[in-house]
Amino acid sequence: MANQGDAIIQVRGLRTQFGDHVVHDGLDLDVNCGEVLGVVGGSGTGKSVLLRAIVGLVQPKAGSVNVFGTDMLHTSDEKRQQIERRWGVMFQDGALFSSLTVRENVEVPMREQTDLSARTRRALAELKISMVGLPPNACDKYPSELSGGMRKRAGLARALALDPEIVFLDEPTAGLDPIGASAFDALIKKLQTTLGLTVFLVTHDLDTLHAICDRIAVLAEKRVFVTGTMKDMLKVDQPWVHEYFHGPRARAAGIGTED
Amino acid sequence: MDVHLSGRLAVARLEELRAQISAAMKEPDVVLDLSAVDYMDTAGAWLVIDMQTAIQERGGRCNISGTSKVHDELLEVVRQSIPQKDDTAKPKDGFLDWVETIGRKTWSGVNALIEILGFLGLVVARLGTVIIHPRRLRLTSVVHHLQEIGLNAVPIVSLMAFLIGVVMAFQGAVQLRQFGAEVFVVDLIAISVLRELGILLTAIIVAGRSGAAFTAAIGSMKMREEIDAMQTLGLDPIEVLVLPRLLALIIALPLLGFVADVMGLLGGAMMAWIELDVSPGMFRTRLYDSVDVWHYAVGLIKAPFFAIIIGIVGCYEGMKVGGDAASLGRLTSTSVVLSIFLVIVADAMFSVFFAVIGV
Repeated sequence: MANQGDAIIQVRGLRTQFGDHVVHDGLDLDVNCGEVLGVVGGSGTGKSVLLRAIVGLVQPKAGSVNVFGTDMLHTSDEKRQQIERRWGVMFQDGALFSSLTVRENVEVPMREQTDLSARTRRALAELKISMVGLPPNACDKYPSELSGGMRKRAGLARALALDPEIVFLDEPTAGLDPIGASAFDALIKKLQTTLGLTVFLVTHDLDTLHAICDRIAVLAEKRVFVTGTMKDMLKVDQPWVHEYFHGPRARAAGIGTED
Repeated sequence: MDVHLSGRLAVARLEELRAQISAAMKEPDVVLDLSAVDYMDTAGAWLVIDMQTAIQERGGRCNISGTSKVHDELLEVVRQSIPQKDDTAKPKDGFLDWVETIGRKTWSGVNALIEILGFLGLVVARLGTVIIHPRRLRLTSVVHHLQEIGLNAVPIVSLMAFLIGVVMAFQGAVQLRQFGAEVFVVDLIAISVLRELGILLTAIIVAGRSGAAFTAAIGSMKMREEIDAMQTLGLDPIEVLVLPRLLALIIALPLLGFVADVMGLLGGAMMAWIELDVSPGMFRTRLYDSVDVWHYAVGLIKAPFFAIIIGIVGCYEGMKVGGDAASLGRLTSTSVVLSIFLVIVADAMFSVFFAVIGV
């Protein structure tokens, strides 16, 4: 178990590219234990690609990704799998298995990686589904019968199935109504404080950044341009960052108006 | 009774912890001491609450002590989230259930056929519109599908028919040689290939090749809401997607059937020459003399009907695809199985029909 404040994810000199198109070049980023890190950036700056590179879905061309002190790019498959069990990933549209019901989806990681009895698995899956704010009757529904917001919640329930230490969330509040989005924010914050979760959050949602993120990392110019708290962001004078945190939407979210 | 839990109350240790507390479950008064617990996750919290609830439901008492502030919070979060037990799930009767399933399946089968007929009607109505306004026909699309369904299928259909001719001649030779009736191999090959096998096997190959492709293409468009987008743009999906495919199929299948007939006869003639010394000249003479042209006509008359079956089933199943990826795969396979089945049923009905009218 890592201690509060240690950098449990360390990305150094990351370079990812697709063909000739370079997405990241010399990207450095630390994620500290127990914090909620919000990753922002314009469309096409590679926020999701960064997430995918850290969890191993995209193979970087250069650089290193250290998670819990293990170099994920140069380690045995066995060690990799051990680390992978300690994180959960929620994809943009939930990425639920369409042939399984919501409960079966949440049970998948438990079935694969623990020796829990069927009754316990069922009870835990129902608990997780209820924790993310889905009604009990959603348990037996198939993903195609759910709305986009419900699929996201179900995806979060699956990501949390084994109580991971890190959760990666790809645009958790995009496409949710404002009430649902604030409830989602509150849920993530609550889980983070009670479980000591570390949250890596890719988002466009200024309200989310404002409400729950301890630290913000801005992707620009193919690297992490700046990291810091919301207060720090307001002082950055790079044009994009300035526009982002001082634009009309930022004012609507109440950013920079308190002081 | 006091129960002391220590260390990590986590999902990985859940069964072990459950064994540890099982002894206490029977006691009337339990105190659960969590002061030595240094980590607790939601699964651990659930176990503690599950145990407490179970004891309290039996009328016993269960107090939790020694929790830290964080653990208290977590226990509270989990306690609020535990879903209410519902007893609405009714026990099922095995036999009645089985009968009900059969009834439902039969009914849904009948319904599916009715729906396919409805779809056919819709397509025919749209065809009528296109005939009245020929400018609305998507000619480019028809030509594209003609190439896909017709031209690109020529090699596989030719090879298949050629081999069928070879097999028929070879098998026929073994039997006919016993009677010294080698020359009848021509009748055997010509009638079976022209009347039945040429067009039937072509239809089966086209159903597997193009019918499945129709379902997959239309289905994936349906899944990504492209069909809905078309409707909002004032485009009629039947006119844009279904009619060109169907028309191309109706034109291409008889042509492919003709190719199959020719290749089947070629294969048969070659094998008859090698195996039975029936020279190509003799084969041709025998073909002219004893095989009525109606055998050829009977085969090709069926082609457009098979084309309609394959096209309608393929497009209909594509239109039925819902939002999930699983239904696309399921319906594609349904489309192939159903269209081959219906083609064979139609073939059987044609056989009876032609026998009755004496062709």
